[in-house]
Amino acid sequence: MPEGGTGRPNSYGRMSLATSNICRVSFIEADSLKKTYTPRGASPVHALDGLDLAVPQGTVTALLGPNGAGKTTTVKVLTTLITPDSGTAIIDGIDVIANPERIRPIIGVSGQYAAVDENLTAFENLDMVGRLYHLGARTSRARAKELIALFDLTEAQNRPVKGFSGGMRRRIDLAGALVTRPRVLFLDEPTTGLDPRSRLGMWDIITTLVGEGTTVLLTTQYLEEADQLADSISVIDDGKVIAKGTSDELKASIGGQRVELSLVSADDSAAAREILARYGSGEPTVTSDGRALTVTADDAPAALQRILADFGSSGIQLFDAGMRRPTLDDVFLRLTGHVATLEDESPENTKKKVKK
Amino acid sequence: MTADAPRQQYSASLATWLNDGWIATRRNLIKIKRVPDILVFTTLQPIMFVLLFTYVYAGVIDIPGSTYTEFIMAGIFAQTVVFGSTYSGSAMANDLKDGIIDRFRTLPMSPSSVLVGRTNGDLLINTISMIVMMTTGFIVGWRIRSSPLEAIAAVALLLLFAYALSWVMAFIGMSVRSPEVINNVSFLILFPLTFLSNAFVPSDTLPTPLRIFAEYNPVSALVQSARELFGNVPEGAPTSDVWTQQNPVLTVLAGIAIMLVIFVPASIRKFRQISTR
Repeated sequence: MPEGGTGRPNSYGRMSLATSNICRVSFIEADSLKKTYTPRGASPVHALDGLDLAVPQGTVTALLGPNGAGKTTTVKVLTTLITPDSGTAIIDGIDVIANPERIRPIIGVSGQYAAVDENLTAFENLDMVGRLYHLGARTSRARAKELIALFDLTEAQNRPVKGFSGGMRRRIDLAGALVTRPRVLFLDEPTTGLDPRSRLGMWDIITTLVGEGTTVLLTTQYLEEADQLADSISVIDDGKVIAKGTSDELKASIGGQRVELSLVSADDSAAAREILARYGSGEPTVTSDGRALTVTADDAPAALQRILADFGSSGIQLFDAGMRRPTLDDVFLRLTGHVATLEDESPENTKKKVKK
Repeated sequence: MTADAPRQQYSASLATWLNDGWIATRRNLIKIKRVPDILVFTTLQPIMFVLLFTYVYAGVIDIPGSTYTEFIMAGIFAQTVVFGSTYSGSAMANDLKDGIIDRFRTLPMSPSSVLVGRTNGDLLINTISMIVMMTTGFIVGWRIRSSPLEAIAAVALLLLFAYALSWVMAFIGMSVRSPEVINNVSFLILFPLTFLSNAFVPSDTLPTPLRIFAEYNPVSALVQSARELFGNVPEGAPTSDVWTQQNPVLTVLAGIAIMLVIFVPASIRKFRQISTR
């Protein structure tokens, strides 16, 4: 059996999953998944274009990418909802495509939008899921009560879901995914569309789950979320993995720290750029207004000192100056040549974007 | 032991199927209870139809040897249960849109149970409608002039026809995917289908092309069956020579069988492939 995370070379070969305290047997393994949709009257869309994935047992892997990258399609293949055109998917040694009925009892799925029945109460929703996992009436009711307490849903317990907030629905949906204490949990954009407070609450819940040893595959377009929650990140774009590794490895792969400067006047932009290019280790980037400049530097403090000295002698006035470690935004920009777009979040927009 | 194994597996899967079907049905029963407009529509609309048709048209349309009230009831029964079967279409489209079908499909439940539960929901709605309509009918002077057994057969035939149609609608709902479209489409198809029949006027009063359509219309066979089984066809009333009108019960049974044989497997197969886009 190939080892998790290390089996597949990629364009960033040194990014391997090197964390030693992680059991290295892959629990989820996907190989060259391909799925092409042909929308009526449009050219085919390669939702998955040879996607590979390996998630070691007891770890959290994040699929990070913009809308239409293939995140949801990957989750749908692994959760038996769609069949890929080619490729293999294995969870806990079971072939997902050949034996979907053996996969369903061991997985928990929480989708992009809360798939709860609006006319049922939180209790009825959870009890229904339990009964459909064939837990039996008594166990199912007890488990529903347990989850309601755990997820702070007492308020929604006996009232139809209809009147509740997005955050509450999402909690009910996630609770539904945990009814059987699944060995593997799929979270498709668990916090998309939630307000910041609900998002933090969701992160707490996920962190707790992971502490209990559940294997998690989560998708997100929030770079910070992947950074916070995942042991390993697979960056995907256009239906394939373009990089993988830990958050730190990904950051390291695109060089050292950044020196960031804000100018008082955009008139100094060209001169400032020249100075940054002199001391930095790469091409400086300049924002469109010409006032904020960034450059990668191997020895950032020394570079910053020299840059400030040169600015002083050239009479360039600064609004702000500093250093920062690279963020996942930088990773994405570097790997895909474009920043992850966050403005379109509705599924409708995603669809249009995918269809181009 | 080895001989018992398949049997045990069979009874286990039968128990699973019954459990899943019941859980899915219960979900729809709760919905009927919680969404008042369904119940209002199911009870008030048939009462309205019975009263409107009997009092508005009773004086205009003459049924020799009987009353228009006696004539119209089977028509209203048929129209109401046929429209009652459309809930399955919009409900499946809605569940698909809301991602609830994705949730169900990732659970280890039998794939037919969501559809079984949904069509059972329609069956219950239609049963309630039938009781309300028959009660209202009795009040305004409609009478069953056959045996109780035949009357039960009439009710069973109406409900079974609508139940089979629910499977057709569920299939269409999963294919069309839009609850709005399915509502408009079913309105555009079912309204002409119920009106271009013998439900509200004797088909021999229609202009020839419409009369021919009405005579072969399966809804006409359903109405004719109900009328005959309730004993609401007056002695010596002219009946069309068309085979489907001469043998309406057989025609309806064949129609039910065809719908079920095609659309139960087709809907289940469809269900196993669909997912929210």
